[in-house]
Amino acid sequence: MQPIVEIRKLAFAYDPARPVLRDIDLSIERGSVVGIMGQSGCGKTTLLRVIMGALRPTAGEARVLGHNTRKLDTAGLYAMRRKMGMLFQFGALFTDMSVYENVAFPLREHANLPDDLLNDLVMMKLQAVGLRGAAHLAPTELSGGMARRVALARSIALDPSLILYDEPFTGLDPISFGVIVRLIRNLNDSLGATSVIVTHDVQEALGVVDYVYFMAAGRIIAQGTPAEIRASGEPFVRQFVNGSSEGPVPFHYPAPGYDADLELAAH
Amino acid sequence: MRVADLRARLERLGSGVSSHVWRLGFASRFLGYLVLHSGTALRRFRLTVAEIYFAGVLSLIIILVSGLFVGMVLALQGYETLQRFGASESLGVLVALSLVRELGPVVAGLLFASRAGSAITAEIGLMKATEQLSAMEMMAVDPIARVVAPRFWGGVLSMPLLAALFSAMGIFGGYIVGVQLIGVDPGAFWSQMQAAVDLRNDILNGVIKSVVFGIAVTWIAVFEGYDAPPTAEGVSRATTRTVVTSSLAILALDFVLTALMFTGGNHQ
Amino acid sequence: MNRSAIDLWVGTFVVAAIAALLFLALKVGNLASFSSSQVYQVQAKFGNIGGLKVRAPVKSAGVVIGRVADIRFDNETYEAIVTINLGYEYQFPRDTTAKILTSGILGEQYVGLEAGGDGVMLKNGDRLRLTQSAVVLENLISQFLFNKAAEGKPEAKEPAK
Repeated sequence: MQPIVEIRKLAFAYDPARPVLRDIDLSIERGSVVGIMGQSGCGKTTLLRVIMGALRPTAGEARVLGHNTRKLDTAGLYAMRRKMGMLFQFGALFTDMSVYENVAFPLREHANLPDDLLNDLVMMKLQAVGLRGAAHLAPTELSGGMARRVALARSIALDPSLILYDEPFTGLDPISFGVIVRLIRNLNDSLGATSVIVTHDVQEALGVVDYVYFMAAGRIIAQGTPAEIRASGEPFVRQFVNGSSEGPVPFHYPAPGYDADLELAAH
Repeated sequence: MRVADLRARLERLGSGVSSHVWRLGFASRFLGYLVLHSGTALRRFRLTVAEIYFAGVLSLIIILVSGLFVGMVLALQGYETLQRFGASESLGVLVALSLVRELGPVVAGLLFASRAGSAITAEIGLMKATEQLSAMEMMAVDPIARVVAPRFWGGVLSMPLLAALFSAMGIFGGYIVGVQLIGVDPGAFWSQMQAAVDLRNDILNGVIKSVVFGIAVTWIAVFEGYDAPPTAEGVSRATTRTVVTSSLAILALDFVLTALMFTGGNHQ
Repeated sequence: MNRSAIDLWVGTFVVAAIAALLFLALKVGNLASFSSSQVYQVQAKFGNIGGLKVRAPVKSAGVVIGRVADIRFDNETYEAIVTINLGYEYQFPRDTTAKILTSGILGEQYVGLEAGGDGVMLKNGDRLRLTQSAVVLENLISQFLFNKAAEGKPEAKEPAK
């Protein structure tokens, strides 16, 4: 079976002197939940945007859902995106619409449905994330976790084949956390979709994903199943998984000698 | 040292100017794209109607009240001066021409820029900062067509309507002060006004001005919002820039239009 | 704010604005310009048109009956050729006089027509034979000074006697 996302020797840079992504090889199997992890600034969100088609690779190839993102025109890009769903970090709900209208938005824009059918679909999606009772609230009345769940309902409104998650666990309380984790797995399986999660919440992510890609400084430095990652001897992976403050990533930001900065030592 | 200093200053000036020129070019392409993709805004007119509500209807109070006061002040000040030349019966002419030709479009435009223009910029800027525009793009909906274009057309359509209401309110205010309070003869007030104000030359030109101002203000407002850096500071700066740039644009365009309309027409 | 309320408010707004525009057009401006009704054209030559402008009114007995359509210079006779549009309903005899007058003391200049007695009426394209140029302020002043000087001279001779 063709992988749903296939990336070969991908490179990306806003400015040729400072590459953001280097030599990326990635492949995501249909039906799996894949995690892309790493420190802040390692390029994982950029990689997600390349998969999404928002950024065009400067070298190499990215095939998503059968489309080559480098060769897409706007119409092709939109056709590809109709089969994808994306959950943004803080939900990105439309603040001028109610919860119901937010979830109904993609359905209204892309499918010409009679009102009662539309209503049923919206209610089904909200039920799947457990927020059917909140349908008439405004986004400003929701807590962070609830907002994210509504955004998730919105992103699955058109039954996508590929769902992307940008830091879905950030800033959630433990209960909402558990809810999102359960939803990611359940939705993926019930929709028959594939999920890609970009995160730096290691322990929780390792509990839900089937496969992990570890990134640092724009490259993939490790990959494997959660068990393999936990057992990995790679120093960076060890530091990351254990959350230690010392390792390949130093505690101190590069600075000249300490004595030079101390005023007292000078006397 | 001095040469290097001077050179540095010239470089900064040069890059400042060129970055402004570049930005203007970018803004023009943005406008072009916006107009080309206005299909959704016009086909689903509901969206544009909602924006006419937010830009036009919600500006009504400030426009009507300001119009009334401007008209009243014109009558007061005008009477003061006119009666010295025994021309107090021309008060109606003074109030009507000042409003219809200049004050109506210009003041209504300035008020529109500060109330509706800043609101539009802030709204679009915040939608960009909270990733709502990106989310829309991810759902294969063009945010410029769906969010920006209705706001643009809503503003462009509202502006001439607001200017007309401003002028009408002003003339009414002038009437209240001139005829009711001061005691100028109402017959003279209206008849002299009707003789002096020409439909084509004055009223139509005033309407043309307000349309031009509407396009300028709304274009600046949507562009600044769309281009704002997605931070709190970025949005607030963009909002300020909208008001300042729109106001300057209105005044500059007013000069150009007045020169074209009111002095060029009567050559011998 | 639900949809129907927004529609109602926007509708009211647009109606109010159109009413304002109509008010301005009808009560404030004058719709009675001679651009729409039927007109015929007549020409007149003047030695000096003063401050007359295109679109200035043409009046007879103080009533506006037409507008100045065009002003040209005749390079052969060195006179100004003024073309005026007259409303079809106003018929004037062939020997009508055209004068350039001023409304008020320092007001706008206009063309005043005084009807003559000829039985034949003016047709489209005719030319008015009798014209009177505008009063030019400088000529008026120099005339006044000349008169004053002429009065002064015979008196000046008296004391010298």
